[in-house]
Amino acid sequence: MTRKQVDTMETGTSTTMTSRTLEKSIKSAYDGVDPVPPREDIREAAMRPVLETGKWWWTAVITLGVVVIAGIVAWVMQLRDGLGSAGYNNQAFWAIYEADLVAFIGVTYGGAVVSAVLRLTKARWRAPLTRIAEATALVTLPIGMMFIIPHLGESPRIWELVWPPYWNLSSPILWDFFAVSTYLLATVVFFYLPLIPDLKITLERLSAGPDNLKTRICKKLYAIVGNNWIGSIPQRRVLHGALGLISIMIIPMAVSVHSVLSFAFSSSSRAGYLETIFPVLFVVGALYSGVALVIVMAAAFRRGYRLERYITEKHFVRLGFILIALGATYLYLTFTEYLVDGYSGTIGNAAWVRQTIMGRYWIPFWFFVVGAGLLPLVILAFRRTRNVKGIATASVIILLAMWVKRLVIVIPPATEPLVKSPLNVASANWGTFHFTWIPITITLAATAAIPLLLLVVFKFFPILPVADMEEMAAETEGLEEDLSTLSVMASTGNGSSGNRKEIIHANI
Amino acid sequence: MAFNRQKVQLPSRTGTEITGGSCSSGEISGLLPDQDGTYTDSMHPDKSSESREGISRRHFLERAGVVGIAGALVGTGVLEGVGGHKAGAVTTTTSASQATGASSKPAHQWCMVIDLRYCNGCKVCTQACQTAHYLHKDQTWIDVFTMKNASGNTYYMPRPCMMCEDPPCVQVCPVKANFRTDEGLVLVNQSRCIGTRICMNACPYQARYFNWGPAKSAPRQPFPQEPEWPVPQVEGTVGKCIFCAAMLPMGKIPECVGNCPMDALYMGDLETDVAVNASGQVIKLSAFLANNDAVKFKESYGTHPRVFYILGHDQDLDNDEEAG
Repeated sequence: MTRKQVDTMETGTSTTMTSRTLEKSIKSAYDGVDPVPPREDIREAAMRPVLETGKWWWTAVITLGVVVIAGIVAWVMQLRDGLGSAGYNNQAFWAIYEADLVAFIGVTYGGAVVSAVLRLTKARWRAPLTRIAEATALVTLPIGMMFIIPHLGESPRIWELVWPPYWNLSSPILWDFFAVSTYLLATVVFFYLPLIPDLKITLERLSAGPDNLKTRICKKLYAIVGNNWIGSIPQRRVLHGALGLISIMIIPMAVSVHSVLSFAFSSSSRAGYLETIFPVLFVVGALYSGVALVIVMAAAFRRGYRLERYITEKHFVRLGFILIALGATYLYLTFTEYLVDGYSGTIGNAAWVRQTIMGRYWIPFWFFVVGAGLLPLVILAFRRTRNVKGIATASVIILLAMWVKRLVIVIPPATEPLVKSPLNVASANWGTFHFTWIPITITLAATAAIPLLLLVVFKFFPILPVADMEEMAAETEGLEEDLSTLSVMASTGNGSSGNRKEIIHANI
Repeated sequence: MAFNRQKVQLPSRTGTEITGGSCSSGEISGLLPDQDGTYTDSMHPDKSSESREGISRRHFLERAGVVGIAGALVGTGVLEGVGGHKAGAVTTTTSASQATGASSKPAHQWCMVIDLRYCNGCKVCTQACQTAHYLHKDQTWIDVFTMKNASGNTYYMPRPCMMCEDPPCVQVCPVKANFRTDEGLVLVNQSRCIGTRICMNACPYQARYFNWGPAKSAPRQPFPQEPEWPVPQVEGTVGKCIFCAAMLPMGKIPECVGNCPMDALYMGDLETDVAVNASGQVIKLSAFLANNDAVKFKESYGTHPRVFYILGHDQDLDNDEEAG
């Protein structure tokens, strides 16, 4: 019996769940057959990006690709001219690339929240968003990690970071390196696990289409990573268990990554970096900007691939409420940091707080307060602006303002003189960071790389989590009880393994 | 807390006699050793400069156990390569302990004394340092800050690397490019440094300077580019004051000390308990520091610097700035 035959059989009987079909479902569960009825409309929508390659796809890819290439050119120029060409000097020794590193690793948190947190809390509405969220995390994390390359003065020696004899385990940079690498692994797993059932479906769809290079690549790839899925109850149980486990694991892991990232700053003696609130501030900031990025990407791909039926305005409003909660928390934490440091009035802290709030960094600071703190509240407060367009616009502003906030975190304390001398006080020309085209181009390239890589990722993998959504649909259609009965029976049953093997064989 | 002086002393130099026509800084800071790398009296003609304790500059160098062997070893490139600093430290120690008959512990613990009562802010030290190490103008390995004291008067404060006993820069480097030698010198291995600049963040004294662009070209040097003599600098890596580490085994005091026209800087050795300035005045280190109430810069940071400051009247060395 091939999978297709099973599918047609299931489709035929799933519309009305009588006791006869339930019996049949139980039997098929033992036989290792998928008990969840397929939903053609979901499958069609999810496969749209994989199968369609419109003119706009090429336009987008080429445009974004040009920006990415410009970034690479800028990096080569920086290699030639030295890090000074990026606007650095001995006072502003850390600036834009460090802010980028924090910002781009931060936005990966959207995947963790939307997917892991909402999965754990069993929020059903999350389903259509999870794939976009997980894919966004998957592509932004390597992009964020890439910023270590222009950040280094001697980029060609980056291999020393992975050369154990050179490791100095007391260095916060090495802690960052370990934390982010582990998180990358977890992100890949977290993207892969819910994808397993969908790979099978994708392969079927592709096989039905023309036999071209892409189909062949996909076949080879999926044969390695996901060909054993039949969707039987035991398989679903294992998958759900694994997803639950990794959802639990990825949350503390994500929290640890950004707090460890903050140690690079907060473990130093520099006033303005030595902040015990930094780990919390960084984590909340990452969640905040991460959710904003998921909103932007969901809005863009929803429109591009006509997914309005599945990703509705309700999704955006709900994410928007999460956004407000996180944004208010972040603003409050920032306020706490500035209050404590400014109030204590020690020379070093008072200096950088003054420089930030009303000194030479007042413009970026207040841009952050308005853009990431107040504006989202206003947009979501009014029903007129509380729609997809409004929330997406607010998210873009939040992302920009949060990036600026990272600059405000990094630059003012670095440029504050540590030897207080009347001629050495921070003034307009005393060693601040000066933007040049090189780091701006590299930052833009990294920004462009996010949608670019997502466009490519969704060429190979369905944009909606088909299996997840089908399960949800089945549950809402009254199958919930039956499914739980099935799973109980499957967990107590013992005679299914032989049949399952046969079916797997038949499928291969 | 501000440093509270136990007693106020008149700015008088302990145990020194200035003889007329003391040697010029150029002679002291001659870059090249003699042909065999040994120290000769002809380089420093003012033998007559005797301290109250009766120690001459020559004696200082003898007591410090600085003989030509170490210099010759350095000159012949024994210290080459990545592990050079280790070899260098060991070699220097061995040869020096042979000379002084000391046990396995290092023969020197280098330090610096800066007498703020005499510094007039001329920045000759900075210039001499930049000339000798071929540095850009903004790479002020020894910087001279203009400070204001409590009564609003100006004083000047030279700031070299503090050669901390517990250096934060060494701890934070991910690839062990910073290290501290047995003799208390904190150095940078520029052939390993990857340029994360986290050491610049960690240093509470802002004593580290990055090579943001191409390094200043330098003529052929007597030594290969190594942590003890990082000339020319390497682009994309961090550089800092090295106490002229490669010169010390040859009996030469650092450029800044040797060129100070005000004799405000002293090069010292905690092990042999002596220090010397540009004029060749030699002092008994412990007594000088105790008598003049020497302080360290930013002691609250727990770095245990090896640069001692002698304060004048009403000076406050920025010690009251607690971190965080």
